Amino acid sequence: MDENLSAFRAIRSNTESALARRILIGTALTFIGLFLFLPLVLVFSYAFREGFGMYLFSFTTPDAVSAIRLTLVAAAIAVPLNTLFGVAAAWAIGKFEFKGKSVLITLIDLPFAVSPIIAGLIFVLLFGSLGWFGPWLRDLGISIIFATPGIVIATMFVTVPFVARELIPLMQAQGTEEEQSALTLGASGFQTFRHVTLPNIKWGLIYGVILTNARAMGEFGAVSVVSGHIRGQTNTMPLHIEILYNDYQMTAAFAVASLLAFLAVVTLVIKFMVEWKAHRDRDAAARRVEQGNSP
Amino acid sequence: MTPSSVIQRVRLKQTSVLPGFGLSMGFTLFYLALLVLIPLGGLVLFTGTRITLDEFWVKAIADPRVLASYRLSLGGSFIAALLNAVFGLIVAWVLVRYEFPGKRFMDAIVDLPFALPTAVSGIALTTLYVHTGWIGRWFEPLGIQIAYAWPGIIIALTLIGLPFVVRTVQPALEGLEPEIEEAAASLGATRWQTFVYVTLPTVMPSLLTGFALAFARAVGEFGSVYFIAGNMPYKTEIAPLLILIKLEQFDYVGATAIGVVMLIVAFVLLLIINLLQWWSRRHQL
Repeated sequence: MDENLSAFRAIRSNTESALARRILIGTALTFIGLFLFLPLVLVFSYAFREGFGMYLFSFTTPDAVSAIRLTLVAAAIAVPLNTLFGVAAAWAIGKFEFKGKSVLITLIDLPFAVSPIIAGLIFVLLFGSLGWFGPWLRDLGISIIFATPGIVIATMFVTVPFVARELIPLMQAQGTEEEQSALTLGASGFQTFRHVTLPNIKWGLIYGVILTNARAMGEFGAVSVVSGHIRGQTNTMPLHIEILYNDYQMTAAFAVASLLAFLAVVTLVIKFMVEWKAHRDRDAAARRVEQGNSP
Repeated sequence: MTPSSVIQRVRLKQTSVLPGFGLSMGFTLFYLALLVLIPLGGLVLFTGTRITLDEFWVKAIADPRVLASYRLSLGGSFIAALLNAVFGLIVAWVLVRYEFPGKRFMDAIVDLPFALPTAVSGIALTTLYVHTGWIGRWFEPLGIQIAYAWPGIIIALTLIGLPFVVRTVQPALEGLEPEIEEAAASLGATRWQTFVYVTLPTVMPSLLTGFALAFARAVGEFGSVYFIAGNMPYKTEIAPLLILIKLEQFDYVGATAIGVVMLIVAFVLLLIINLLQWWSRRHQL
C-alpha cells in the first residue's frame, strides 16, 4: 500500500502540471515565433507586397543580375572545393587514428570561430594595396581585393568547416568494417569509397553541401570587407540587398532577400529529411537485431 | 601486455588496412594551410612587425570609441547568450519532453539562423522593430525604441545564437535517465525540487557549453547587427564594425589592432568551450 502510494507520487510529481506544461510550451512557441518565424514571414510578405510583377522586376535590373551572377560564381568555386576538402578531412579523421586529431578538428572549426570581419581583414592584410603582397600584385596588374578573386577567397574561408563538420561524426560512427570487407573481396580503394562509403554518408554529404552553399551565397561580413561595394562589379546578393535597403527600395531588397531565405528554408527541409532517414535506418537496424535474437 | 593494449593494437592494425590516409591527410593539411593557417599567420606577422606596442595601446585600448565598442559587443553578447540560455533551455525541454501541435516544425526551424544569411535576418529584424514595424509600433507609444538602440542589438545577437543552446542541451536532456528523476520524486521531492537539484545540475555542463557557443558567435557577429544597430559612435557601434570603418580609411594598423583583441577573445572562448565540452563528456559517463 505504502509502496503503491510512493510509486503513484513518483509518477505524479515526475510530470509537470497541465498548467506548467502549457506555460512552457507557450513560452517556447512565442520565443521561436518572435525570433524566427515572424522575420521569415516578413521577408516574403514584403517581397510580394507590390505584387508578383514588381517581385520579378527586382531581379531584372542590371545590378541585380550582376549580383546574382557573382554570387553564383563564388558559390560554384567555393562549394565544390570545400566539399572535396570536407570529404578528405572526414576520411582521414573518421577512419584513421593519429596524434593531434582534436587539434586538427579545432583548426577546421577555426573559420567558424572567428568573426567574419576578421576573415575579411586577414585577406586585406595579405592582398590589399598596403598588404604583404599588395605592391607585388600591383606590379603584375592583378587585383584581388575589391575584385572577384577576393570575394571568392573570403567565401571559401568562411565555408571551410561545414561539409567536414557533417561528415566527421558520420564516418566515425560508421567505423571501418564495411570498407575492410570490400577491400578483402578485392575492390580497389576508390571502388570501396564509391560503392561502400559514399552510400553510407550520402545524406549527410547532401546536407553538408546544401548548408555550405547557403552559407556561401549568404556571406555578408567577410565579403563586405573585401568587396569595395562597386555596383555592378563586386556586389554579391547580400551586398546588393544592403544597397537596396539603404536606398529605401524595400520591395526590391526583400525580393532578393526572399531568394536567400528560400534557400535557407530548403536547407532546413533537407536537414529534416536527413535526420528522419537516419532515424528510420536506426529503427530498422534495431528491429533487425531484435528479430535475429528472437526466433 | 594488458588485454586493452592488445585490443588497441588490433584496432590500429585494422584501421591501417584502409587506403588513402596519406592522400586525404596531405590534401587536408595543404588546403587548411593555404586557406586558413597562412592567412591567419599573416595577421600575426603584421601585428608583430608593423605595430609597435605604443600604437597597439593607443589604437586598440586607450581609444574611448574602441572601448565603448568592446563594452557593447561583450555586454550585448552576454545578455543575448543569457536570454538564449533561459529560453533555449525551455525550447529544448519542450521539444524533448512534450507532444504538441507544431513540434516538428519548431524542431526544424530552430536551425534557421545557421542557414539564413545575416543580411536577411538583419533587414527583417530592423523592419519588424522600427517604430512603424509590425512589432515596433506597439512599443513606440510606450516610448521604447528597439531598432537603432541597444535592445535591437540584443535581439539580433539573440537570434543568431539561438540554435547553439537548444542543440547542445537537447541531447543532454534526451540522455537523462528517467530513473534518477523518479528516485528523487519517490523520496518526496516536488517537481520543482527535482528540476533544481537533479535535472538542472545534470544538464548544466551542456547548458554552459551552449551559453559559451552562443556568446562566442555573438561577439563576432556583424551582418544582422549592422542593420538594426544604427551604428552611432560610442553608443551603438560594435567592435567588428569599427574594424570595417578603419579598413575603409586604409588604417590597417588600427583595424588589425582591434582585430587582434577580438581574435584573442575568440581563442579564449574557444578554449573555454573545449574545456566545457570535455567536462560535459566526463559528466555524462
